[in-house]
Amino acid sequence: MSGFDKVVSSYEEAMAGLEDGMTVIAGGFGLCGIPENLIAQIKRMGVKDLTVVSNNCGVDGFGLGILLEDKQIRKMVSSYVGENALFEKQLLDGELEVELTPQGTLAEKMRAGGAGIPAFFTATGFGTPIAEGKDVREFNGRSYILEESITGDFAIVKGWKADRYGNVIYRHTAQNFNPMAATAGKITVVEVEEIVEPGELDPTQIHTPGIYVDRLILGSFEKRIEQRTVRTV
Amino acid sequence: MALSREQIAMRVARELKDGFYVNLGIGIPTLVANYVPEGMEVMLQSENGLLGMGAFPTEDEIDADLINAGKQTVTTIAGASIFSSAESFAMIRGGHVDLTVLGAFEVDVQGNIASWMIPGKLIKGMGGAMDLVAGADNIIVTMTHASKHGESKLLERCSLPLTGAGCIKKVLTDLAWLEIEDGAFILRERAPGVSVEEIVSKTAGKLIVPDHVPEMQF
Repeated sequence: MSGFDKVVSSYEEAMAGLEDGMTVIAGGFGLCGIPENLIAQIKRMGVKDLTVVSNNCGVDGFGLGILLEDKQIRKMVSSYVGENALFEKQLLDGELEVELTPQGTLAEKMRAGGAGIPAFFTATGFGTPIAEGKDVREFNGRSYILEESITGDFAIVKGWKADRYGNVIYRHTAQNFNPMAATAGKITVVEVEEIVEPGELDPTQIHTPGIYVDRLILGSFEKRIEQRTVRTV
Repeated sequence: MALSREQIAMRVARELKDGFYVNLGIGIPTLVANYVPEGMEVMLQSENGLLGMGAFPTEDEIDADLINAGKQTVTTIAGASIFSSAESFAMIRGGHVDLTVLGAFEVDVQGNIASWMIPGKLIKGMGGAMDLVAGADNIIVTMTHASKHGESKLLERCSLPLTGAGCIKKVLTDLAWLEIEDGAFILRERAPGVSVEEIVSKTAGKLIVPDHVPEMQF
């Protein structure tokens, strides 16, 4: 690696430094746009007691769900979980903690975390169980709760194309939480389907500027579909 | 007769206006897309980060990178845009979506809604529902009027943990179209063949019945 070149050649190198007890922020929504090979690398490393911040926790046997198999996750911060039986079991057995967070608040917590904003007020969740213990303030006659932002030791991100400098473009709705996750990691690792030379991507089309990216790796992806819905005509 | 799922969707569709940006929740709300009046253009927002959601894809069009908030494979219409989930919820929270349609377990006369958590049952999460009800001004809740055991879901005060406080003004059940104003439900329309008496008996919260309650026409 030299200068702005972020490319690493192995998944070991991509996730080097991840240790027990760290917080990992992961992009993806359902199984769409998830950094599936970086997750697989975390499984291979066997690190434990992780706090994982991600909208969902994959499914049994795929995505973040595979990190449950060896009980590597201690706490999930998500808006919707329970697409996997193992998650349910570990939650009921008290082996796994979950902090349910409204989807928009979760996205904003990552965005704010990456943007150096420690907390923000939102009307989302006021008067509900998730407001318990949180500061409330009134602005223009409406009540808002104070939500703290999130940063992680690592952020793991799935992009479509990137140049060697780590400028990333996402494809379709595989974008989802990835751009915010990319900003919120002390070490941000991005895996992509194609890496090109600097100058080959149109600067106006970049979703994640390379300044946020520490390591970049070329991967191949299964892209499993969670709800395969088709029309017949 | 209580409204069918399709009739509920048809009735909601009458609230659409040309040029509306609309977010449809999972379940019955999704069906509203099938009843957009001829000649009217609406754009569907999906909170994972898509504005201008199209039909389900054909087998050939399926793309794992293009899904909706229900994690179903979808397509885009001409003029669609795709963005991050932060941008998507900025639209929602910022009040830019014209109409939101979603389901609920309970609503009450204060406009409170409970739709995500039943204590004692496994809690899967609220997804985007709390953001949607907090951010939208124009929300239609679709739900059944009473449980299978006949217990009203239109209450004086929600018994389940809330999804949002004081944010619901319009409710469409299988029996009636109601509005919530000044601490009461107001019966605006009834399902074909459903009597005012039945609706009164199945509404636990304060209900105001105007002199004339028209029957919905389909």
